[in-house]
Amino acid sequence: MSPKAEDRKPAPIVITGISGNLGGLLTRRLHTRHPIIGIDRRPFEGKPKDVVHHRIDVRRRKAEDIFRANRVGALVHLGLVHQPSRSGRAHRDQNVLGTMKLLEYCARYGVRKVVLLSSAYAYGAQPTNPNFLSEDAPLAADLNTPEMRALIEWDMYAQSFFWKHPHIETVILRPVHVVGKNVRNAPSNYLRLTHPPTLLGFDPMIQLLHEEDLLQAIALALEPGKRGVFNVVGPGEVPLSRALRELGRTPVPIPHFLAAPVLRQMWRLGLSAFFPGDLPHLKYQCMVDGSRARAELGFHPEHTLRETIRAIL
Amino acid sequence: MFEEATDRLCEFLKGMADPAVVARLDRVDAKLNEFGVDPFGFDPELAKTIIPAMVFLYRHYFRVQCQGLENVPTGRVMLICNHSGQLPIDAMMICSAMVLEAEPPRIVRSMVENWVPTLPFVSHLFARWGQIVGTRENCLRLLASDQPILAFPEGVRGINKTFGERYQLQEFGLGFMRLALQARAPIVPLAMVGAEEQTISVYNARGLAKLLGLPNLPITPLTPLVGPLALLPLPTRYRLYVGKPMEFTGNPDDEDSVIAEKVKRVSQTIHRMLHDGLRARKHWFW
Repeated sequence: MSPKAEDRKPAPIVITGISGNLGGLLTRRLHTRHPIIGIDRRPFEGKPKDVVHHRIDVRRRKAEDIFRANRVGALVHLGLVHQPSRSGRAHRDQNVLGTMKLLEYCARYGVRKVVLLSSAYAYGAQPTNPNFLSEDAPLAADLNTPEMRALIEWDMYAQSFFWKHPHIETVILRPVHVVGKNVRNAPSNYLRLTHPPTLLGFDPMIQLLHEEDLLQAIALALEPGKRGVFNVVGPGEVPLSRALRELGRTPVPIPHFLAAPVLRQMWRLGLSAFFPGDLPHLKYQCMVDGSRARAELGFHPEHTLRETIRAIL
Repeated sequence: MFEEATDRLCEFLKGMADPAVVARLDRVDAKLNEFGVDPFGFDPELAKTIIPAMVFLYRHYFRVQCQGLENVPTGRVMLICNHSGQLPIDAMMICSAMVLEAEPPRIVRSMVENWVPTLPFVSHLFARWGQIVGTRENCLRLLASDQPILAFPEGVRGINKTFGERYQLQEFGLGFMRLALQARAPIVPLAMVGAEEQTISVYNARGLAKLLGLPNLPITPLTPLVGPLALLPLPTRYRLYVGKPMEFTGNPDDEDSVIAEKVKRVSQTIHRMLHDGLRARKHWFW
């Protein structure tokens, strides 16, 4: 093969966390145009035939071999593990150390594009928040929970990588609560409860993002020339109570001074599916400004607010 | 069950509302989404529940007399007022004046203290009624979308004054001027006469307030007799004077001394309007 033909062949994209719901959807969206290499310890159900999947931990030596052996064009890192019940230490090791390794391979083997999926969770729900946080707002999520600490450390590390390697187009996406039919994250699970706990006298505004709109944002981030940190916001803002009503839920309002101890005990005993670390999100708002993604990535959510809320059904 | 009860309460309050005022609120230009709220959480339907209380306080209790409301320009504007009365009823009456008397009716966004979101019920009701936490970002964003902002540059220093300090303007913060310069928003000076006398505070129990987690705890001559009820305002007559818009130009990042010069022109105007108003007033209550 002549070098010219080699150039024309699209470079493979490595997707971590490919076996997850989002990884599967992204793969099906991209695999007809790019060769896809997946890294995930979990089995990949419904894997397209042309996709190569390595069932390994990203921290293993073999993960580096993937970068060495292939002329990887881009990394899409979806491999952030959100599992609040895991031990804090293992959670951090998996997420932060795993990402450090991956980014090290990218720098060493000349990957030109890195897309990292962070979360608007990192800003934290606080009474002093302006209604719309920009990308420059401090990442001030509740540092008492190891998951939030790990997320912030992770996002900060991603940002330092962005500055240290100007020749790599690094994109950090901070989507608001992602919801979807098969999405199993905390906000989706919360909205699926028949009797979701709410805080008596508190009704914060929330923002939701349809998983398919998130895919669009990732696809836009992969385009050449795009770099930076972007909040990704869905079609609008809605009071939490209105979203629950749209879904036909019957909220159980708890006085806020009782909520933390009660929900913590219930979580510990396995009686409640609500992670008490997410309590500030039922009390204060954590909304972000998505204008940068609109202007620079050309991102426009395709689903309406009502469709987005109903996406969890 | 809880939801049904609140729904029924809302319907009841809306039913009590003066239809003419409801019609005015419906004319307010707001960017509502399919759930009837604007991006900042303003909800005209829920705002209607406060109309009965607002109309009662404005027309019958404080019998607000408003002069010069036609001076408020359309588009972005910052309303700057003296602050008084221990409870922020002056803010509520200014917002009411803009709904009840301004043409066209407008929703004024007042910049509230950032402990408001920590208070149950108050937190989201304030937001649904169009009030907002007073951060720089919020203010600039609202001005950019041509909304009227209400701010009290004296802050708690103004509202907590004791009776002996009434109508003495406290030091103005500089933040509002920087925001006005940055957003190129005209400033309309307001003077509120009458709110000072609604609560006769003789002493500020700051230490006790801190213990109770309150911003301040005014003690009035009636406190020993009726306790917290002494904070209920007396039915003094409110007189609201609206001045001519003031335009300022300059660099919003100028030195404090340069900004303070401009702020002084606003505070002097308000001072003059206050004292003209006081001279014209014959009696506290009518």
